[in-house]
Amino acid sequence: MKTISGIIKGILNIIKELFKDPIGRIGLIGVGIIILLSLFAPAIAPYDITEMFTKNKMVAPNGEFLFGTDNFGRDVFSRIIYGARVSLKVGIISVGISATCGYILGMAAGYFEGIVDSIIMRFMDILFAFPSILLALFIVSALGPSLNNTMIAIGIVNTPVFTRTVRASVISVKSMEYIVSAKSIGLKTINIILKHITPNILAPFTVQATLALSGAILTEASLSFLGLGIQPPDPSWGSMLSESRKYMEKAPWLAIAPAIFIICTILSFNILGDSLRDVLDPKLKL
Amino acid sequence: MRSYIIRRILMLIPVLIGISLCIFLIMQLIPGDVISGLLGIEENPELRAQYVKKFGLDQPLYKQYLDWITNVVKGDFGTSFRTEKEILPEMMSRFKITFQLTIMAAVISWLIAIPLGIISALKRNTWIDGVVRFVALLGVSVPNFAFATLLILFLSIAFDYYPPVGYVGFFENSKVNMEIMILPAIVLGTIMSGSVMRMTRSSVLEVLRQDFIKTVRAKGASEKVVIFVHALRNGLIPIITLIGMQIGGLLGGTVVTEQIFSIPGLGQMVLTAINQRDYPVVQGCILFIAFIYVMVNLIVDILYTYVDPRISYK
Repeated sequence: MKTISGIIKGILNIIKELFKDPIGRIGLIGVGIIILLSLFAPAIAPYDITEMFTKNKMVAPNGEFLFGTDNFGRDVFSRIIYGARVSLKVGIISVGISATCGYILGMAAGYFEGIVDSIIMRFMDILFAFPSILLALFIVSALGPSLNNTMIAIGIVNTPVFTRTVRASVISVKSMEYIVSAKSIGLKTINIILKHITPNILAPFTVQATLALSGAILTEASLSFLGLGIQPPDPSWGSMLSESRKYMEKAPWLAIAPAIFIICTILSFNILGDSLRDVLDPKLKL
Repeated sequence: MRSYIIRRILMLIPVLIGISLCIFLIMQLIPGDVISGLLGIEENPELRAQYVKKFGLDQPLYKQYLDWITNVVKGDFGTSFRTEKEILPEMMSRFKITFQLTIMAAVISWLIAIPLGIISALKRNTWIDGVVRFVALLGVSVPNFAFATLLILFLSIAFDYYPPVGYVGFFENSKVNMEIMILPAIVLGTIMSGSVMRMTRSSVLEVLRQDFIKTVRAKGASEKVVIFVHALRNGLIPIITLIGMQIGGLLGGTVVTEQIFSIPGLGQMVLTAINQRDYPVVQGCILFIAFIYVMVNLIVDILYTYVDPRISYK
């Protein structure tokens, strides 16, 4: 109980710190809006995302259709709102995959060193040897394009970054005196890892996760833009933008709305990640 | 130094084997088999048997891998399922286009990023710094396809300008070629400049803090000498790594931009092959790109030790 309230207190403190900084505030508000939009999508979206208003195809933005309608007569605003849900879901789950794998692999490599370290890190080097968008594209094309496979592919692609971050912090924490003394009084390895090392590597880990979220959202949008990510009728900002290019002269709003939402979302996460780094890891601040 | 380079090259061998194994194994994940994609709906047992024989799919996996990799080492990437043409010559001719695009994008990004990054560091915490940092953050956050789409939209509305369709080689007609390549290069270069700007700013700031700068100032050197002779030379070193990584990434990562501007580069070749289920081409191109990426990183590492002799290469 004590630890849980401690964690909540810690998180609240960090949010307070972030809020003090005007730039951090922008990031926090931006990310907050995206989260609210996706949580309350059914309440906010005025229409069903698949409903086709056949009499109102490609209508410019007006009072009835805030962002206009697309070539099928579907409401762009509703699709954008649900698109936030898809983006965030892909972001969170794929970062969850890479953070979990990266934590386990990085911890093992950093804590045990030697042969375990060599094997894990050589494997990570191999994954690092591919340009990331290309690796994601390749994995998705092999598994078949779908929501789940997009998340798996992005998860795999981001794993090496987390592994390296965790490994580096574990190695620097490991030689600290309190770990050496924990070992000398005979604490179990698992206890040392969970109770003594983990809390001390959380800062770089959290910063990495926030930045990886924006990267994952960007990769999903790129894959969907190429037609290899989220498949219709699920709305994805990337595929909406790609579709819009056919009607750019007649209906520029089809391109503008998803483009602005993608940019603002990624920007918010990047701003939040940067400010979080300043708060959690003041050494890096320049 | 020479032994360092040799060791670095030797270390590449296991990585390259790993990469090829990785690609080969991922190809095995493809649902159904390669032949079904090739045959389409017309399932013909005889034709299937022919193909199985032709591509050696009746062999055990390890044998298939060894056959593929020995041929690749000899420079034979096999032939395309669709066009039945040799893959390597096609890759090389497309690589030239992607290479040109990459170099143009890189130059554009340096022209934008390095001066702005330096100014931002020197005018730290002023409004100029704020603007530059925001622009850099935009560069890191805006996906290239979103930027490209908005740019095309803007040019068509404001100037009634549409990017040329079709592709002409640089040596056929360099003027038309430049007109085709300049927009995608601007898109890639602008996006790239974001991270270069941030890196330039932070590494120049880092150098300005160091003791030798204080010594130079104490000697009474003018601020110009401090900045241009001492700070920049040292501050720009870390940027080499970043630029190298980006060039490597661009050579394989221009897929989206090539698609938008219909540039027939390596990225477009991969994407077309993926959409057509032309597996030998996919496999070959990905291996080729990963190889180039690794080589670029190697060159950067070696360059780095030349530029910064403090780095030990023992």
